[in-house]
Amino acid sequence: MTAIPLGVPRRLLEFTLDGQETRVPEGSTILDACRAAGKDVPTLCQGDTLEPKNACRVCVVEVEGARTLVPACSRKAEAGMRVRTDTERARHSRKVVLELLASSVDLSTTPNAAVWLKEYEAEPDRFGPDAARIDQEPRVDNDLYVRDLGKCVLCYKCVDACGDQWQNTFAISVAGRGFDARIAVEHDGPLTGSACVYCGNCVEVCPTGALSFKSEFDMRAAGTWDESRQTRTTTVCAYCGVGCNLTLHVQDNEIVKVTSPHDNPVTHGNLCIKGRFGYQHVQNRD
Amino acid sequence: MSDHPASRARRRERAPKTYTRLTHPLVRDSRDEPFRRATWAEALDRVARALLAHRGAFGMFSCARATNEMNYVAQKFARVVMGTNNVDSCNRTCHAPSVAGLSAAFGSGGGTSSYEEAEHTDVIVMWGSNARFAHPIFFQHVLRGIRNGARMYAVDPRRTSTAEWAESWLGLNVGTDIPLAHAVGREIIAAGLVNEPFVRRATSGFEEYRKLVEPWTPSLAEKVTGVPAAAVRELAHAYARAERAQLCWTLGITEHHNGTDNVRALINLSLLTGHVGRYGSGLQPLRGQNNVQGGGDMGAIPNRLPGFQDILDPDTRRKFDAAWNTTIQPRYGLNLTEMFEAMEEGTLRAVYCIGENPAQSEADSEQAVRRLGELDFLVVQDIFMTRTAELADVVLPSTAGWAETDGTFTNSERRVQRVRAAVSPPGEAREDIDILCDLARRLGHDWKYADAESVWNELRSVSPDHHGMTYGRLAEHQGIQWPCPSTDSLEPPYLHGRLWEADPGRRGTPAPFGLVQHDPPVDLTDEHYPVRLTTGRRLDSYNTGVQSGGFASPLRRGEYVELSPEDAERHGVTVGEEVRVVSRRGTVVAPVWIDTALRPGLAFMTFHFPDEVDTNALTIEANCPIAGTAEFKASAIRIEKLPAADHVR
Repeated sequence: MTAIPLGVPRRLLEFTLDGQETRVPEGSTILDACRAAGKDVPTLCQGDTLEPKNACRVCVVEVEGARTLVPACSRKAEAGMRVRTDTERARHSRKVVLELLASSVDLSTTPNAAVWLKEYEAEPDRFGPDAARIDQEPRVDNDLYVRDLGKCVLCYKCVDACGDQWQNTFAISVAGRGFDARIAVEHDGPLTGSACVYCGNCVEVCPTGALSFKSEFDMRAAGTWDESRQTRTTTVCAYCGVGCNLTLHVQDNEIVKVTSPHDNPVTHGNLCIKGRFGYQHVQNRD
Repeated sequence: MSDHPASRARRRERAPKTYTRLTHPLVRDSRDEPFRRATWAEALDRVARALLAHRGAFGMFSCARATNEMNYVAQKFARVVMGTNNVDSCNRTCHAPSVAGLSAAFGSGGGTSSYEEAEHTDVIVMWGSNARFAHPIFFQHVLRGIRNGARMYAVDPRRTSTAEWAESWLGLNVGTDIPLAHAVGREIIAAGLVNEPFVRRATSGFEEYRKLVEPWTPSLAEKVTGVPAAAVRELAHAYARAERAQLCWTLGITEHHNGTDNVRALINLSLLTGHVGRYGSGLQPLRGQNNVQGGGDMGAIPNRLPGFQDILDPDTRRKFDAAWNTTIQPRYGLNLTEMFEAMEEGTLRAVYCIGENPAQSEADSEQAVRRLGELDFLVVQDIFMTRTAELADVVLPSTAGWAETDGTFTNSERRVQRVRAAVSPPGEAREDIDILCDLARRLGHDWKYADAESVWNELRSVSPDHHGMTYGRLAEHQGIQWPCPSTDSLEPPYLHGRLWEADPGRRGTPAPFGLVQHDPPVDLTDEHYPVRLTTGRRLDSYNTGVQSGGFASPLRRGEYVELSPEDAERHGVTVGEEVRVVSRRGTVVAPVWIDTALRPGLAFMTFHFPDEVDTNALTIEANCPIAGTAEFKASAIRIEKLPAADHVR
């Protein structure tokens, strides 16, 4: 009883991925196996610190014998399974999903979106100029982060990070149905009237930039945001004794945003308001 | 904390004072003059001259916010250059009792378990800790534990946001932690739930402890603590019957005039039940500052050398004498509290204060300011012109530990982690170690460290607990917990597994029960001061607010005196109305906030906005005789309604 639990030993299982015999630890998803094999399967809603949500449907692959395409992010690899990631059917499905998303949502700040649209030859314009769009003005109601729901793909990652998977604050959820569904706080009011505690853990997981730090939002608006000129340095927060790791994103000797390594044993990528936003004092230089 | 949208709408806009960085050294010839800008050479010459003149009457306030490397050099400066063990830091105002209590019981002052263990335990007791606000990311581990099936008990005078997640909230009267702990211990004994083999093999003093707690029946405890007897029994049975249990505490335990006794009373419960020294079972004091653990580990405390090695041990001293080419004073130095008393007595005349703000963080702040003002010489090294720096003769601009220097911090779970410079410091600001070495050179000690890593490697050569932690390994493992004696292996994440060894030799010294008595708060409530004031932190602010005032938090609403709805009604005051808060030591004016988490007779304030409301003008400097921590958590006050004309809206 004094031993450290090591967990159940994980066996390796074998399955076929795009015709190649592949071995992955039991419990791995197909997406894990694809990444281990160096295959780029696109995904928006999958998060390395979150349970799979199966919301975006961009990562679908074909499993021999399965009636429908399966989401690689949540489907566990099974021994003897035969998976194809690059069939006509899977590629077509991804193309349509990307077209539908890109025609209705602003993917300009989604990493890789342009690459994927090109790779799958998606034509978001083919629905014509009257295609429905989620055109919403960014909501700037506090000095820390901005909600630009015109960029939201409803992946639910922010809801899960704010809810029972990490923060347990439950400030945000999905309100509305169908095309009118939106991420919102209670009564769809401003953040400042909500239960939000400004930990920014929703911003940390947002895949499209729909949630962004005000510092980044303002610099993008001013045309000064330039990631190629930014350094990322991981250090330790100075606000309490817990020892959260902070990755400081610095441009021109100014801290412009703060994240945390997702594999860190203290934070798992999460911070509180002080660690996430409380850096300004060091750069009050004059 | 009551936080209804309606009350939020009434929130008043009150921006806290913002501080700008110090960019060049400042000096003055007398305290009546304003500061003038000086060169580094002039400023350091002045400091060197003054320190030389005050050898034998010198004290060093090291910094629990700065890196391990800086703390190592600062304590070495005090001990080698100034020949004194008078070195301490603000651990004195928070967790020194935890260190004192844990080392008295187990011989080591660190928390015994790791955050991860809170996720794999059955019962979590949060005693005097509002971790949801004060340690939010630790509390995420607790929440994982709760979601994995653990039951959490919150012991706190306030029904805090931590308590909202509890199986049961034990709302005790401020300063009655020992009666409650003793009653829990007595119930465990009376119910036959003692882990007898563990008590027999790994502890000492059980019989005396049994006799000590015998009078503390749950019903007597109910009278003294205000906690229903049934709740006392429930906690006792849950804790004792659990396969694994974590007992966590924060300043609600330590910031009392008998803080060390409080810690001992909690440790007793872990000894009774064997909830220490195993994975998932342990004691977790949550540290308030980023490197308060490390500062002590590095020897920036008056009774220990680096690696938590006792100054009174001649072999240890010999090792350090040889390593540092010096003779270490064979006696304990003065702690921060004693240094302040020595200022009063005139035996401590010069202070070197690095990165601390005692003028606002000490209890009874008016007294602290007066004492600092009467020093012959005060040099303050900081990143801001703090209230303490305003009292100094020389102010030296330094770098921010966490963002502008390389080094390491040690967190509450003893994990040493790398700190890295990400931005360049402003103006002429210099790194603390660089400044200290420059001063040491002026005082005849030619110290040269190429970088933080060379300081760290020197520390590794004298501290067995840190020996295995190279910078390379710290980066590879995302931090390593001490003890880490070997460069090849890692130790378990919990301490004191030795207590479970079958072989008595390997088991080592049994852990003694702490025979501590209830002693109510010094500042008694009476008809003139009928309200109990306790202090604490809010989610978005930090300590004296010098740092956290720098960002625009939507949650911030400035300082309020928080009252229970019943007390507010009794005084006829409403939210936002300014009242006079009077203690036996001082008076402040603050607006009222109404919080349903408070019980009648209990008020709450923070110390985050001392430039607007100096809460520590109210608190009492009644100190723990063992650890020197003041009783920030218990003052007696009265609320005076202001005449209508005085209302400032």
